[in-house]
Amino acid sequence: MAYDTVKCEELSELLSAFICHASGHLPDDVKAKLSELAGIEDEGFAPAIYNVMKKNMELADELGRPSCQDTGIPQFFVRAGTKWPYLDEIEPALIEAVKKATDRAPLRHNAVEVFDEYNTGNNIGHRVPWIDWELVSGSDRLEVYFYMAGGGCSLPGMAKVLMPLEGYDGIARLVFDQMTSYGVNACPPCLVGIGIAGSAEVAAKLSKKALLRPVGSHNPNPKAAKMEDDICEGLNKIGLGPGGFGGKMSVMGVNIEQAARHPATLAMGLSTACWAHRRAQISIAPDLTYEFVTHKGVTL
Amino acid sequence: MSDFHTFEFTTPLTDEDIKKVHIGDVIYLTGDVVTGRDDVHHRVVKDNREVPVDLAGKAIFHAGPIMKKISDDKFKVVSVGPTTSMRMESAEAEFLAKTGVKIIIGKGGMGPKTTQGCIDNCAVHTIFPGGCAVVAAEEVVDVEGVEWADLGMPEAMWKLKVKGFGPLIVSIDSYGGNLIEDNKVLFNQRKEKALEELKGKLDFLH
Ligand code: SF4
Repeated sequence: MAYDTVKCEELSELLSAFICHASGHLPDDVKAKLSELAGIEDEGFAPAIYNVMKKNMELADELGRPSCQDTGIPQFFVRAGTKWPYLDEIEPALIEAVKKATDRAPLRHNAVEVFDEYNTGNNIGHRVPWIDWELVSGSDRLEVYFYMAGGGCSLPGMAKVLMPLEGYDGIARLVFDQMTSYGVNACPPCLVGIGIAGSAEVAAKLSKKALLRPVGSHNPNPKAAKMEDDICEGLNKIGLGPGGFGGKMSVMGVNIEQAARHPATLAMGLSTACWAHRRAQISIAPDLTYEFVTHKGVTL
Repeated sequence: MSDFHTFEFTTPLTDEDIKKVHIGDVIYLTGDVVTGRDDVHHRVVKDNREVPVDLAGKAIFHAGPIMKKISDDKFKVVSVGPTTSMRMESAEAEFLAKTGVKIIIGKGGMGPKTTQGCIDNCAVHTIFPGGCAVVAAEEVVDVEGVEWADLGMPEAMWKLKVKGFGPLIVSIDSYGGNLIEDNKVLFNQRKEKALEELKGKLDFLH
């Protein structure tokens, strides 16, 4: 099929509106979790911090502005149906959408070229926006997951290949150590994403994919689901509280994703999302009608 | 927050002002706040360049804002929240000595070098609640201008006039107190206990 300039333009308009909305509005599940946590925290600085957070969400909505100044590196995780008719148009539409949203939202300029060390000024850079691809056999839909990878919330990120005898406890230790050091600065309560696999890059990528799952969802494997709950409960016992000022809870949740490992390796990856977890998911049909999965009822 | 005190200060701040506050107190600030983060600290401390703004008695804000140009020489703050202060740890003490800054505003704690710097220069480090960038932007009443704009939007020095800017929770005072370091000691103790309690629960290997 010939390259469709008109469709590309329409798609970039839709995706730009999608990005702009995501920059100022947290997904439904994150908002629900934050108000649940705010209800639990009734001591020390925590209630005051939750109040400012709430006011911030309201103001961002009312004034139509990005809720946090760090609008991050734009990252897309694309699940393209093999029957989606405009495969060639996806990448240019995503890049164009970032340019438009940078101007319209407006987004902060966050793409700094490595080695040449200059800010490109429009959030477009070498391999930025970051695009991760998956093909979905037989589907005619385009599903786009968007994530704003902020600086503070990316800092706790890590990957390490353990020896199997270090065990799943070894993974827990690394996660806990990061959360009580870097995690304190990552605008808690964070959502913790853990990837487990045979090599570092797979584990790291899965840890980010884990963050794209809703807060409160569980891994379908019962043992993994139990590990999510156990680590979550353990982290909550530390009581980081909102902003790291102390409290009854530490995190919004723990999501784990896995890939089969090598017999001789147990690799782990960690990604964290801050309380301002700007994640968005949209499912688009060939006629560009869409479902805004993470922000129910919103029309773009 | 009942045991702690709340202060309303206006710049320029004096040593007497700073000596009144202790960790856990809350400040609402009116007057001059200038943004500066990694690159500004690098230029001032590592490159030894002359600071283009008089910062004596004022506040440095670890923040990289989103700004909007509204006319040729006028900007508006869209969104401005604190960034991770720890990144400036290696340079902050010297920065305080060189500039006479009295209040550092950021997020997360800072380390022993900055704690000593706050004692030596009679200054404090404070935390604005992270991610609350629209609340902060609404407390900025004017953007006076920008210096070192060549560093790009997040890294430039934006000269802001603020009113009732806060809550700024004092995390390092001029007496060597460090709230976040104290918290971290507690967190680490609880962490060891929590990991101990996890033992046996994650034995999936056979
Ligand atoms: S960690 Fe998140 S909420 Fe905090 S400043 Fe960074 S992007 Fe904003």
